[in-house]
Amino acid sequence: MSDAPITEADLQAHVDARLPEGRRAEIESYLATRPDESARLAAFRAHAEQLRAAFAPVLDEPVPERLLRALRPRSVRLLRLAAAFAWIALGGVLGWQLHGSFAERGERQPPAPIARDAAIAHATYSPEVRHPVEVGADQESHLVAWLSKRLGAKVRAPNLESAGYSLMGGRLLPGEPGTAGLATPTAQFMYQSKQGTRVTLYLRTGVPAQNETAFRYAREGNVGVFYWIDRSFGYALSSADIGRDDLLKVANAAYSQLNP
Amino acid sequence: MKEVAQVVAYIPRLRRYARALVGERFAADDLVQDTLERALNKLHLWKRGTDLRAWLFTVMHNVHVNQVRGRREYAALDAEALELPVRATQDVGLETRDMERMLMQLPVEQRKVLLLVVLEDMSYGEAASALGIPIGTVMSRLSRAREKLRALMEGLPAAGRLQVVK
Repeated sequence: MSDAPITEADLQAHVDARLPEGRRAEIESYLATRPDESARLAAFRAHAEQLRAAFAPVLDEPVPERLLRALRPRSVRLLRLAAAFAWIALGGVLGWQLHGSFAERGERQPPAPIARDAAIAHATYSPEVRHPVEVGADQESHLVAWLSKRLGAKVRAPNLESAGYSLMGGRLLPGEPGTAGLATPTAQFMYQSKQGTRVTLYLRTGVPAQNETAFRYAREGNVGVFYWIDRSFGYALSSADIGRDDLLKVANAAYSQLNP
Repeated sequence: MKEVAQVVAYIPRLRRYARALVGERFAADDLVQDTLERALNKLHLWKRGTDLRAWLFTVMHNVHVNQVRGRREYAALDAEALELPVRATQDVGLETRDMERMLMQLPVEQRKVLLLVVLEDMSYGEAASALGIPIGTVMSRLSRAREKLRALMEGLPAAGRLQVVK
């Protein structure tokens, strides 16, 4: 055995098989007479194996579209530009507070496009007194058939009565240009409670399926948005009238209606 | 643009590391997304011929440090999200959840070292430069992380399993 004392770092490096050949032999003879130390290092090695096994499946998961999108500089810029125009158009409605909060956020963490688009659509139409929707709930079957046709997929207006919200109706909205270049329209359903608070459900089709259905929350100015992806639909539930907890209850109701 | 293609090739590994580091799928992918956006903006700072993977993990480390700083609200939301009806992901078994839970009990700085060395199979020098710390610190954190994990593992049958039942 050489003069160099055996250190904890040597033992760690032994676990990771990162010792030079000669040193390794020294460590092995050191361990030969120390069963407890041997067992400890064997446990470390076993745990490393379990750790790798536990997360290996992640390597085989399909990469979510939003991550690939993050590496496409042009589309990001276009989205930001589109967002900037939307802010200008909405300046009067939302005021500078909203603009400020967006500007402050800067490049740090842009909210998901669907949350932003939904918040813009919500801020635009929910304050309407006379024309909040294009087609009223009294023609619900026509509304749903029309939107399904235009979105190219069977859409449904979930029944949110259990959460205290009644369907007012819905409208067709422009979509953002996708990677294919052509914009698929999006849809918005509007609901109102007895107290007069409103929520809107924004939905988009053709979202790459990611098996990702957890709720996420974003805030755009005074509009709170819960959004999620289910199969090829992206949903976003927005409100400026109720708090996050109440909105979550409505989002839950919508989710269970859409996934009976 | 060739570099971007190389970055794309590393996405699965960045996701794996992020999942183990953050513990929750969406938050992990948020971290990866922010990392990719930042990497894209800073790609001109990457020195050609040096290890792109190490550079990406350095970027992720920096992004994560910033996220942790301004992220209280997210943590609360993630806890909420877990109670919502979420379709079961078939690829995450009980062992993965156990492992995730135990990892979350390690101090984040120890967790990072352990994951870079074990999951990413980085040399101690690579891990040190990715995290911007001396090798000696890598070694001591690695040792402490392993001891803590061992203690958690050995305590598992008594306390841990019961909480996982769903």
